Amino acid sequence: MIEAHSLTKRYGERAAVTDLSFTVRPGTVTGFLGPNGAGKSTTMRMILGLDAPTSGSVTVNGKHYARHRAPLHEVGAMLEARAIHTGRSAYNHLLALAATTGIPRSRVDQVVDIVGLRDVARKRVGGFSLGMGQRLGIASALLGDPATLVLDEPVNGLDPEGILWIRTLLKDLAAEGRTVLLSSHLMSEMALTAEHLIVIGRGRLIADTSVEEFVRGAAGSSVRVRTDGAEELRQLLAGPDVSVASVERGVLEVTGLSSDRIGRVAADAGIALAELTPQQASLEEAFMELTRDAVEYHAPVLEQEGQAA
Amino acid sequence: MTTTTLPADSLAQAPAPAPRGHVTQARVLRSEWIKLRTLRSTFFTLLTAMVALIGLGALFSAFTASHWPSMSPGERAHFDPALTSLRGFFLAQLAIGVLGVLMISGEYATGMIRASLAAVPTRLPVLWAKAALYAAVVWVLTTASALVAFLIGQSLLSSRHIGISLSDPGALRMVLGAGLYLTVVGLLGVAIGALIRNTAGGIATVFGLLLVVPVLAEALPTSWGNHVNQWLPSNAGQSLLSLHHEAHTLQPWTGFAVFCLYAVVALAGAAVLLKRRDA
Repeated sequence: MIEAHSLTKRYGERAAVTDLSFTVRPGTVTGFLGPNGAGKSTTMRMILGLDAPTSGSVTVNGKHYARHRAPLHEVGAMLEARAIHTGRSAYNHLLALAATTGIPRSRVDQVVDIVGLRDVARKRVGGFSLGMGQRLGIASALLGDPATLVLDEPVNGLDPEGILWIRTLLKDLAAEGRTVLLSSHLMSEMALTAEHLIVIGRGRLIADTSVEEFVRGAAGSSVRVRTDGAEELRQLLAGPDVSVASVERGVLEVTGLSSDRIGRVAADAGIALAELTPQQASLEEAFMELTRDAVEYHAPVLEQEGQAA
Repeated sequence: MTTTTLPADSLAQAPAPAPRGHVTQARVLRSEWIKLRTLRSTFFTLLTAMVALIGLGALFSAFTASHWPSMSPGERAHFDPALTSLRGFFLAQLAIGVLGVLMISGEYATGMIRASLAAVPTRLPVLWAKAALYAAVVWVLTTASALVAFLIGQSLLSSRHIGISLSDPGALRMVLGAGLYLTVVGLLGVAIGALIRNTAGGIATVFGLLLVVPVLAEALPTSWGNHVNQWLPSNAGQSLLSLHHEAHTLQPWTGFAVFCLYAVVALAGAAVLLKRRDA
């Protein structure tokens, strides 16, 4: 269980995180979603006591992280895969971390096997691929067999097989009753892995919702209709809260009415329909829609056009 | 403590009951010991320091012995047999200082510091462990090397009957002094590494303090310089490394105490900032 209360972090004038409150519950995978620069990593560093909040607080299992006497057993963290000394072997890196709370060698061997790094565990981390680095980061998070996992962009750099592996691993860990928080800027990935979503943009909470609800909200926003009687149908459909656009000759894009309703109206008027398709906005589009105003870095071309207009 | 007996791939079925040990200073020391001995740079840097201490001492001693007949009475009067054989400390301090800075700046450069501080969120045990461990390692290795350098050097000098023995006044103090001076240089390196958090900046600061500041101070008017110079870190520390007390230098152990004080202040500053700053 992770609980953030009015968490705020400022770097000088710039606010990285503003008045952020949320709860991450055990037993589910919670996705922490936001565009680049939204404050995800800053929030995660505050959860782990690495950065001190300017105001507000965050607790893990009821206590500030630094108050836990056996932190590796409370929270397993992977903050950017490269928080590892490149000159040391993967095995020795894990051994050094394990020693801080007296975790035995046998457990180090175990996590090395869990993440599938046995063959390269004795090699220096400097030569690791991004995916191997991610696996090592996950191994260090699992070392203390913690009840809570905090992972920053764990699928970054993994191949499809690796992504599937981590998705299954995280779901299994949550199914055991653990709290799992993982950040990503990819909505599509989150939809497959997470059950709950916390969406932030520019350091502020945008949404705290289940993935199911988010998907439902994103779907069925418009209906595409193709018919020879487009003009006639357009007039019949017109009404408050309904907008009808002509995409091309004989094709209408209807918003505000269900496909059932449109089909009924057309049938009553004797208009033959060649196509009647509910348009599903993709999750990625829904996410972009949600965070449009909160994106830190727009493509510069768009901004220049805006200024010229 | 119990060890887990689960097969590796059964994590999903049953959470492995890993032992729930608390973080203790002793465990952090053990962790830092693993970190120190598993980096190649540790091995090469310490080897460099030992080779410099022994090799240069032997070289200077051999050189002095071979030129002794042609040396002027003035040169002979300033000759310090113990210092000649320990002269390598000057080069060794570069290696010791660099590795001291790297103990901490290396973790900031790679991002490892975040893993270290997440594992030990009270933070200070990490600093104390690094400082104590490095001081112990440097002290053992450099004291042993200084002894070897002294014995080799004096045996080379004894061919001209200008060598001294360990039982002569001040000789033992100088041999121990070389190890102690280098140990405190190492501590200063660790502290400055933690203060500056950047390898290049940290190394520049350590050597600026130890090597450049005394040279700059030479520019002071003599009346000032005589008072100020002896209190500068390296001058104070090196008063242990002189067989006979010279004018305008501190007494050996007083000087060393002053040098230690610099290191203590730097470590205290490092501790305060480590606790206060975001990692």
